[in-house]
Amino acid sequence: MALLEVDDLRTSFHTRNGVVRAVDGVSFCIDRGETLGIVGESGSGKSVTCLSLLGLVPQPPGRIEGAGAVLEGIDLLRCPQEVLRGIRGRRVAMIFQDPMTSLNPYMTIEEQLMEPLLIHEKIGRAAAARMALQALQEVGVPEAERRIRSYPHQFSGGMRQRVMIAMALIGKPDLLIADEPTTALDVTVQAQILDLIAQQQRQRGVAVIFISHDLSVVAGFCDRVMVMYAGRVVETANTRAIFREPKHPYTRALQRSRPAMQAKGAELYVIPGLPPDLSRPVPGCAFAPRCEFAVADCGRTEMRLQDVGASQASACLRVQRGELTLQ
Amino acid sequence: MQEPLLELKGVKTHFPLERGMLFGRGAATVKAVDGVSLSIAQGEVLGLVGESGCGKSTLARTILRLVPPTEGTVILAGRNLAELAPEELRAARADFQMVFQDPYASLNPRMTVYDTIAEAIQAHRAVSRAELATEVSALLNRVGLAARFSRKYPHEFSGGQRQRIAVARALAVRPQLIVADEPVSALDVSIQAQIINLLAGLTREMGLTMIFISHDLAVVKHISDRIAVMYLGKIVELGPAAEVLERPLHPYTKALASAMPLPDPERERTRRRILLAGDPPSPVNPPAGCPFHPRCAYAIPECSRDQPRLEAFRTGHEAACLRLEQVNAD
Amino acid sequence: MPVTASASPALAADAVEPGRSLWQDAWARLCRNRMAVIGGVVLIVLTALSLFGPLFLAYSYEEQNLALGAAPPSAAHLLGTDKLGRDQLARLLFGGRVSLLVGLAATSVSLTIGVLWGSIAGYAGGRLDAVMMRIVDILYALPFTIFVILLMTVFGRNFILLFVAIGAVEWLTMARIVRGQVLALKRQEFIEAAVALGLRKRRIVLRHVVPNVLGPVMVYTTLTIPAVMLLEAFLSFLGLGVQPPMSSWGLLIKEGAEQMEEAPWLLIYPAAVFAATLFSLNFLGDGLRDALDVRASKD
Repeated sequence: MALLEVDDLRTSFHTRNGVVRAVDGVSFCIDRGETLGIVGESGSGKSVTCLSLLGLVPQPPGRIEGAGAVLEGIDLLRCPQEVLRGIRGRRVAMIFQDPMTSLNPYMTIEEQLMEPLLIHEKIGRAAAARMALQALQEVGVPEAERRIRSYPHQFSGGMRQRVMIAMALIGKPDLLIADEPTTALDVTVQAQILDLIAQQQRQRGVAVIFISHDLSVVAGFCDRVMVMYAGRVVETANTRAIFREPKHPYTRALQRSRPAMQAKGAELYVIPGLPPDLSRPVPGCAFAPRCEFAVADCGRTEMRLQDVGASQASACLRVQRGELTLQ
Repeated sequence: MQEPLLELKGVKTHFPLERGMLFGRGAATVKAVDGVSLSIAQGEVLGLVGESGCGKSTLARTILRLVPPTEGTVILAGRNLAELAPEELRAARADFQMVFQDPYASLNPRMTVYDTIAEAIQAHRAVSRAELATEVSALLNRVGLAARFSRKYPHEFSGGQRQRIAVARALAVRPQLIVADEPVSALDVSIQAQIINLLAGLTREMGLTMIFISHDLAVVKHISDRIAVMYLGKIVELGPAAEVLERPLHPYTKALASAMPLPDPERERTRRRILLAGDPPSPVNPPAGCPFHPRCAYAIPECSRDQPRLEAFRTGHEAACLRLEQVNAD
Repeated sequence: MPVTASASPALAADAVEPGRSLWQDAWARLCRNRMAVIGGVVLIVLTALSLFGPLFLAYSYEEQNLALGAAPPSAAHLLGTDKLGRDQLARLLFGGRVSLLVGLAATSVSLTIGVLWGSIAGYAGGRLDAVMMRIVDILYALPFTIFVILLMTVFGRNFILLFVAIGAVEWLTMARIVRGQVLALKRQEFIEAAVALGLRKRRIVLRHVVPNVLGPVMVYTTLTIPAVMLLEAFLSFLGLGVQPPMSSWGLLIKEGAEQMEEAPWLLIYPAAVFAATLFSLNFLGDGLRDALDVRASKD
């Protein structure tokens, strides 16, 4: 049985300018110990999807609906608040992009590390302090005993992210959601943090959902990748397949517009147009207006994710019909 | 051999950190740029890479004279910028322009696009009303924007479009040199391609010289002819773009290149990454000797005493390391 | 809603689409704020009454009717009369002209001086900034009342002098606020870009700095006017401001307070109107601040 099964998740924001459908029917599942990458640009709904799972979206103006998001028997979308609070930080942990604002500037690192322990487990302060120190050492913070009483502003960006990871893992969660954890970091620090997350993942067998806008970052780390556009899933596949044979025009367009994937100096592919306005209902395929392979049907038929190969699923109508092979 | 368009000799930009009159003199200095010498030929695209604290943004601002250098000379098109009187300097600014990182903050939110570009055009030239309109339209078209949007305000455009407007503004004064400071970092992945294509195209068509600053190695490699790698205010490696990142000489560049995420799952999983310990250091009171030695796997005692100079190891490819031979023995 | 970029740009000489400036956005937001709109309407009504009302009245503000004395409101005198038999309604409306005029004029003076002073100090920085702000600090230390009394004593009781005195004090805070805004603004990249373009300093200050500090300035201005009016009332209360037979709301309140027990109508009406004006200005100011506070919408 999968660790987490999300079925037709829909999150919308009711604003003065209309209803913004940030997440528009997203389904996926993740097994124990698996790593899943969610790739998309801003506005794709990748962050809101995971925030919705943990109930971190303010309702109103948000509204979370869906057939279900079942974490080993518990439907996160429908369970009572106390149950959800017990899951957050304990069974499902989340780390965010900006370590500057994710840590409380008025609490020492030690206090912040101890907090999840004191809340979720019934252990004393001394025991919690010991575990906090151990957690800090495990994430590779040098001179941990001396620095554990420092405040967040005394740490660098990379160190703060390590603290966040320590805080997230200290409760021994089953699932870790990492929302662009390395985007704000320098390249060499990014490598360190990715290495750390991979190492912790292997050691503890924790499942990881890794959200990123960069396909390359996800390449080395995740077993499977899910590509999102305009609040919908357009493709999921195991990592190797997605790079070798993308099965959706958007995925392919993303790859062709990245310098890393092109010959030096070559003109990069530019996806024409702009992402759609999510407050207006998008008929058919959300990507069709910008797709070079679009035909009339694309704007009429409802988009649905369908298996198109061994462990590869695509929401592209033409790929599903076998009309299109992407190179 | 043509004269280089831009020449930097021993440029240093230091900022004193004041500690107030009451608490001690001789306070710390931020040595943002600590001895940079460089020549850039006309029509060249030089990529400048480095991580936080390396000084690349400060170097850009020093070249553009937005910040005065503490030491050293900046010679642009044969003129030493330090020797110019304030009025002459103001007029000389038409020769070099900058495109900034944040498309939201680099345009005056209270001016229409037309006004912004018209102001730039008229900054150094007298242009008639009719000619002005034509030129504004032409510039907008050149960067791929329809002229009929010229009366709109910056907040009515997307990030990518604003960046185009910023480029149009920079081109309006007809510069010879454009310094692009992280021009695509604040943009979405699929929009970055547009701006990269635009800048690459412009340099080719107009023979512009460009300094392209970015922390995204893949982007810099794609667009640059040569790459300079900066660390703690100094250039540690300089050479042809592809070569610097594919066959790096300096230990820091090696670590940097190996940290670049590759879009190939096979290679990503099997390759050995060089992981540096700790974080990029801060330029306040940098270490003596080689700036990189505290984190370097190849460091020997000399490294903490002597300052390495840039020396050529292969043709056109130099690095500043005392142990270049040993580091590249394989 | 971002405009759609055209892949193949056409040189359309006609049909230039109009833009929607941030001021227009702010105005729309302001109009949605009920309290601010109410405040605005009340202000407009009171101003109109004060400006045009006296034209329709039977009595003028100085016409005395000693036989009548202090009479309560009646059909002839809607708000009653004071002890010299002067029609209160006329005095109230005319007093409105004075108070509002003083409020506006003094605020305009302080606005102009303050914005220029603060912009120049903030933009120039360094020694000029230090000197200019030290002058502000020193002037701040002067006790206002003594300063005004000094002015009045030396130059005599002059209506214009009243503006100058009040304006001379209020510009100090405006200068500080503007300087703070300018310092924050200086770090914005479009200011750097303006310097990089080679624009002259004067142009940068007037075209790029000042328009972008106007937001907080506008808010502070609507909150300065009530303060100025209160100052005028205070001066009149002390007998240093407007002199009878001219009236101002402050003077009316002073006179009303003196006869509070025998003729309460002399205090109630001016006080109520004054309070309504101050409330309205404050609501409007709050509304302006909220309307202008939302940053330019990012996509």
